Amino acid sequence: MSTAAPKIEDLINRDYDAGFVTDIDAESIPPGLSEDVVRLISAKKQEPAFLLDWRLKAFRHWLTMTEPHWQNVRYAPIDYQDITYYSAPKSAGDGPKSLDEVDPALLETYEKLGIPMRERELLAGVAVDAVFDSVSVATTFKSKLAEQGIIFGSFSEAVREHPELIQRYLGSVVPTSDNYFAALNSAVFSDGSFCYIPKGVRCPMELSTYFRINAAKTGQFERTLIIADEGSTVSYLEGCTAPMRDENQLHAAVVELVAHRGATIKYSTVQNWYPGDKDGKGGIYNFVTKRGVCDAGAKISWTQVETGSAITWKYPSVILKGDDSVGEFYSVALTNHYQQADTGTKMIHIGRNTKSTILSKGISAGRGQNSYRGLVKVMKSAVGARNYTQCDSLLIGDRCGAHTFPYMEVRNASATVEHEATTAKISDDQLFYCRQRGLSAEDAVSLIVSGFCKQVFKELPMEFAVEAQKLLGVSLEGSVG
Amino acid sequence: MRMTDVILQIEDLHATVAGTQILRGIDLTVRRGEVHAIMGPNGSGKSTLCNVLAGRDGYVVTAGRVRYEGRDLLAMAPEERAREGVFLAFQYPVEIPGVGNAYFLRTALNAVRKHRGLEPVDAMDFLALIKTKMEMVDLDPKFLSRSVNEGFSGGEKKRNEILQMAVLEPRLAILDETDSGLDIDALKVVADGVNALRTVEHAVVAVTHYQRLLTYLVPDFVHVLAQGRIVKSGDKSLAAELELSGYAGIAAAGAA
Repeated sequence: MSTAAPKIEDLINRDYDAGFVTDIDAESIPPGLSEDVVRLISAKKQEPAFLLDWRLKAFRHWLTMTEPHWQNVRYAPIDYQDITYYSAPKSAGDGPKSLDEVDPALLETYEKLGIPMRERELLAGVAVDAVFDSVSVATTFKSKLAEQGIIFGSFSEAVREHPELIQRYLGSVVPTSDNYFAALNSAVFSDGSFCYIPKGVRCPMELSTYFRINAAKTGQFERTLIIADEGSTVSYLEGCTAPMRDENQLHAAVVELVAHRGATIKYSTVQNWYPGDKDGKGGIYNFVTKRGVCDAGAKISWTQVETGSAITWKYPSVILKGDDSVGEFYSVALTNHYQQADTGTKMIHIGRNTKSTILSKGISAGRGQNSYRGLVKVMKSAVGARNYTQCDSLLIGDRCGAHTFPYMEVRNASATVEHEATTAKISDDQLFYCRQRGLSAEDAVSLIVSGFCKQVFKELPMEFAVEAQKLLGVSLEGSVG
Repeated sequence: MRMTDVILQIEDLHATVAGTQILRGIDLTVRRGEVHAIMGPNGSGKSTLCNVLAGRDGYVVTAGRVRYEGRDLLAMAPEERAREGVFLAFQYPVEIPGVGNAYFLRTALNAVRKHRGLEPVDAMDFLALIKTKMEMVDLDPKFLSRSVNEGFSGGEKKRNEILQMAVLEPRLAILDETDSGLDIDALKVVADGVNALRTVEHAVVAVTHYQRLLTYLVPDFVHVLAQGRIVKSGDKSLAAELELSGYAGIAAAGAA
């Protein structure tokens, strides 16, 4: 019948917008991983001895570890000797002093991606540190932030200019031996972002990092370290894209957050790595370790919108060490085609009266597989700890899957732990209802999905919320039938 | 009456649902300005007729044709029918969690306006427009910020349908047992909403199981549907007659 609803598949199939390749001279080292490679990376970055030792310790430990396979995802074995561990745009040799020195082709890339990098963007109030392949390219608004004592820039730069902070905090939240991918990252990370907010300072603008993998067969291993000193506040945004390539690319980042007494860190991610094509070919393996630690009265809030990557494997976590500290995790994870996501959080309650909230929204379409995996751990010391967890799954079509793996370990009887989970399908009735009111099937799906995600979107900074909503619309086109 | 006044023409309409023949040859002509009531026992095909007219999936037309404003209605997608002015008030309005009622309705209105080449209505203008309509259907403004139909009572859902109808101003409104399960106050609201649409430009097809809606909503024509066919048509007195003799007698007479 000509009036039949468009098939979900037709609506989901839409091209990846950020899939272009930038033609730029890059300095890469040959693929392969050995102690020499670790030394080479460290030497290229003229790192102090403590950092090289730290890397080597991580590398040696990594050699003793085996890749984890407990997560609910499937992929072909990764050949770690076939990955390039360092690739930098050539012109970034000794680091640009200002935007004028940045390769115009790079700036064009970021412009295509809609990243604010120019003066006029001052109005938007976003300071951006952009990481292209492995090297941080330019940081905007640095001087303005410096007026308040805020340090924000590339990780390499922080190593040069503030080695004492790096030495004190690097690995303090995610130790080198934490897990397989964190150990690998610790050994070979090439750059990333660093941020320090001094005591009592409220960061006047959203800080933002944009990650992009451009070179072929390159792994990206960045390291982000954010330190919010006592009573300070910062909101940090992270965005990611990559070109479309047939082979899988590995992204194994580590993010460490330190929130000192009374500090607040809000970390928002819109992850749009290339998800692979509709047949499941190519795409990014996103194996990321993100963790924060809260001193007394501090708060860490993770908000993530995960629409990209072939495989997503990440559990942004909060260690609630200090009394009265607060951890939050708000997540929208969407899988379409052959995408797989195994994501969630860990909330470790150590201090008294610590509170955590987990709100996870998983959307599966096509043949996508979406798993929520979360751990709420209440230690003996955590008198009066509270957790509320809500996991909702939305299915579009009948070939996708949603899974929930909540773990709870409660060792203090005064704790309150609540868990709610729902699974729903976009019903034909909802779709027809919307269409009968004049909405196209596509608009109807995106309306229903954004309604489903509303509680999470309202946690995102304004500009990000708009982007996330758009991204969701794009990622879902073709999901009705 | 001139043929140009005909808004809906159904000829020999046959339809199946899940392989079962439900409609077995419906003929019906509706002109602008008219209100038609379609009555009939459960299972006679009333809801099927509504769903076929609105284009719901799973309702397969096996014979016959339907012309709406001279065009082949059955060839149009559901949203196209809606944008062209066909409105179905649902028997069971669905809930859409997280989507604000006002946002939903404005999105719908703007989809219809875009189709008609009109500028979209912004949030402020929309608020002004909807305020008066809400008073008409006696819905508290707090329903604007609630999610579409979520947690609404049966009566509130039906009022919300009538609110949508009042805002979208369809040229052909189809009411699928909108009166079922309503108390007298809500029933009057539904009737008022329909009566407000009662101008020379609009037409209404009200499907109902009971005669009581027709006390408030005086139809120009009453049709009795039985076993997928219209077995008897008349004016409003037919509804009263049905009340006395029941469907059985009429259906038997029609089948003969």
